[in-house]
Amino acid sequence: MTLNQVAFIILAVIALLGAIGVVFLKSPVRSALSLVINFITLGMVYFMLGNQMLGIAQIVVYAGAIMVLFLFVIMILRSQHPEEDTSLWKDRRFVFGLLGGALVVALIYNFVIQPTQSIYGAEFDRSYGSPQAIGQTFFTQYVYPFEIISVLLLLGVVGSIMLAKRKF
Amino acid sequence: MVAEWFFWLNQNNPLLLGLIRVLFVVVAILTLVPPLIWWERRLLSWMQDRIGPNRSGTVTIPSSFPVKGLAGKKIRTFGFIQPLLDGVKLFTKEDITPADVDRKIYFIAPALALFPAFALGATLPWGPNTGLYGILTPVADVEIGILYALAISSLGAYGIVLAGYASNNKYSLMGGLRASAQLISYELAMAMSVACIVMAVGSMKLTNVVVEQEKPLWGLIDGVQNWFIFTPFGFISAIVFLIAIIAETNRAPFDLPEAENELIAGYHTEYSSMKFAVFFMGEYAAMFIFSGIFAALFLGGYNMLPVNWEHLYASTGNQLFHVLDNANYWLAPIVFIAKCLGGISFFVWLRATLPRLRYDQLMDLGWKSLLPISVVNFIIVGIWIIGTELYGPVGGWGAAIAAFVVALVLYLNILNVSKKGAPVAEKRTVTMVSTPKRVVTMVDPIKLIKTFDSVVTSKPQLKMKLNMKNARGGYKR
Amino acid sequence: MLNILHQFPLAAVHDEIPLAAFLGLSLAMFALGSLGVLIRKNPVVVFMCIELMLNAVNLSFLSFASYPTASVAARDPFASAMAGQSMVICVMAIAAAEVAVGLGIIMAIFRYRNQVDVDDMNTMRG
Repeated sequence: MTLNQVAFIILAVIALLGAIGVVFLKSPVRSALSLVINFITLGMVYFMLGNQMLGIAQIVVYAGAIMVLFLFVIMILRSQHPEEDTSLWKDRRFVFGLLGGALVVALIYNFVIQPTQSIYGAEFDRSYGSPQAIGQTFFTQYVYPFEIISVLLLLGVVGSIMLAKRKF
Repeated sequence: MVAEWFFWLNQNNPLLLGLIRVLFVVVAILTLVPPLIWWERRLLSWMQDRIGPNRSGTVTIPSSFPVKGLAGKKIRTFGFIQPLLDGVKLFTKEDITPADVDRKIYFIAPALALFPAFALGATLPWGPNTGLYGILTPVADVEIGILYALAISSLGAYGIVLAGYASNNKYSLMGGLRASAQLISYELAMAMSVACIVMAVGSMKLTNVVVEQEKPLWGLIDGVQNWFIFTPFGFISAIVFLIAIIAETNRAPFDLPEAENELIAGYHTEYSSMKFAVFFMGEYAAMFIFSGIFAALFLGGYNMLPVNWEHLYASTGNQLFHVLDNANYWLAPIVFIAKCLGGISFFVWLRATLPRLRYDQLMDLGWKSLLPISVVNFIIVGIWIIGTELYGPVGGWGAAIAAFVVALVLYLNILNVSKKGAPVAEKRTVTMVSTPKRVVTMVDPIKLIKTFDSVVTSKPQLKMKLNMKNARGGYKR
Repeated sequence: MLNILHQFPLAAVHDEIPLAAFLGLSLAMFALGSLGVLIRKNPVVVFMCIELMLNAVNLSFLSFASYPTASVAARDPFASAMAGQSMVICVMAIAAAEVAVGLGIIMAIFRYRNQVDVDDMNTMRG
């Protein structure tokens, strides 16, 4: 086992533990914290894939901004029901839902993951993750998506300000 | 000798060299934090006309000391070891954990507050990126240096927010909420002001930012370096960045999360002993590193003076300039630390001068002033770059100044339009009226007592009362 | 020990880890996220689970982007890598906008009803 594989396994295990924590921890603050751990390790996985810019953007956007916002809201709501009941295992619909989910996971495993098991990277220019490359692409080939994103963000800002106003 | 060993390491064992690079940063921060605390306390007391810590560390040489001149003398260190003693005090104090805290988060929070301060130093170059310093300086010279610094500084919010939450204390929670809101709002202005510099440099590497500043001033004057604080747009973004880092480190006048008189010290109210010391240390380390980033972005990094010695040596052939060039190279770490200290002195100066902002003032400053200013600045930088590429440096500056004037006119117009609809506020004017001068004459107390005595002995009630009044006031009008 | 770590700059990630590993991580995260959306009652936590799913999708985008597999991608791997990364940036921006609006809605509901529980939010039920 090479060092890269060890590093990946460590990161993957931490990320999965974080994801499990989000779903199964009872206190919302702890869920948020495990999501932060998940996001930071995901950023590191992006670094492994060679996407420097997106890895750091992941940490800036998700861990630095979005999750702080989540914590902010959780604290304002002051954890309505921290002892939330997550034991839905007795519900029959839930069990069948879980079975269906397992079926979907098995299908994805069979048709996507099984065939890609022996696919390794091909040789090509590995500078795709640098900020220069991303800037270059966004201002030449993908200008319209970029502008649409900016309009979307503007709408988000306006919408959240409207919602935050006391009177509608 | 040592230098050769480092070069050998660079060839044969880069990982060990990487660990050494990390050690340089961490040890520097750890050793510099106590002197920083001493420096802040001394400087603050000097500014407030107090004495400050000056006793600890004074050694009195016993009078039986054989050397004649030294016996009985005191060696003063001006309280230099006071922070060390404070550290010992904090270590040995009782570590109280309140009963109803969220224990795990309560213990993790101080560590989370300290971590970003150390991690921030990873991309910071404290020496030139050639020769020996080139293999020692930035721990990791990554493509995304500045973004890394922004990312890590945004993680700094977690320590404070979680400390506030876990303490299970109303005031701590309010401190944490204020901290998170403040950090999110000032992060934006900070990122925009940094983006101006990134655009002007064309790279996010901090080493490239510093190297770019060694070029001729404004692209015109050869012997002088182009530190960004000397350029117009760089000056504006330097001011915005400076305000933003003060807000990020929760220093006065932006110390709302730890306001003593409103929130009884905010998020670290419930922390005592070593955990409190960790918070304290994290704050100072963050101040230090942020000053370093400010120096690297705007003050030419490790360069001593904004003078290009190498160019002067090449053009005049004077040997002195060559010596100075070498000194500039080898003194780089000291110069860099001196710049950081200058930044911290500025922080202390602000703390001594400005009163704390109100919450709405804080938000207004962040969202309504700093963010628009830095966005307009960003556009002006873009125009400057295009102008420089098309018409050379002079054309670039002309275009930038024209853009600045247009922005100013637009801003004034918008101000006028927005004022037209608004209700006219009541105008209040204060006019200074010249007051009759008061004549203050000191009354000699002994004389007063004598007249008092004579009054008491000679004449009844009425005059005595008058004199009493005078005696109480101490002066005549 | 340190000499083993000499190879650390992680040059050969793409030669040593198959694409399936990243996709498997992505799948597991997506499954956990959807499970969380189904079983949690606190709307903030439901939101977090949605974020988790979005991130799983991001991860699969990026792993497909840096392993040129399909015949189209193999012709111009660099362009396909850029396409994947652009998609991820779009997802990030959408997530940011969604969180801003969504948390605003949750706060508004909280102000209006003084409690938040996804099972009680049924006033729109026909």
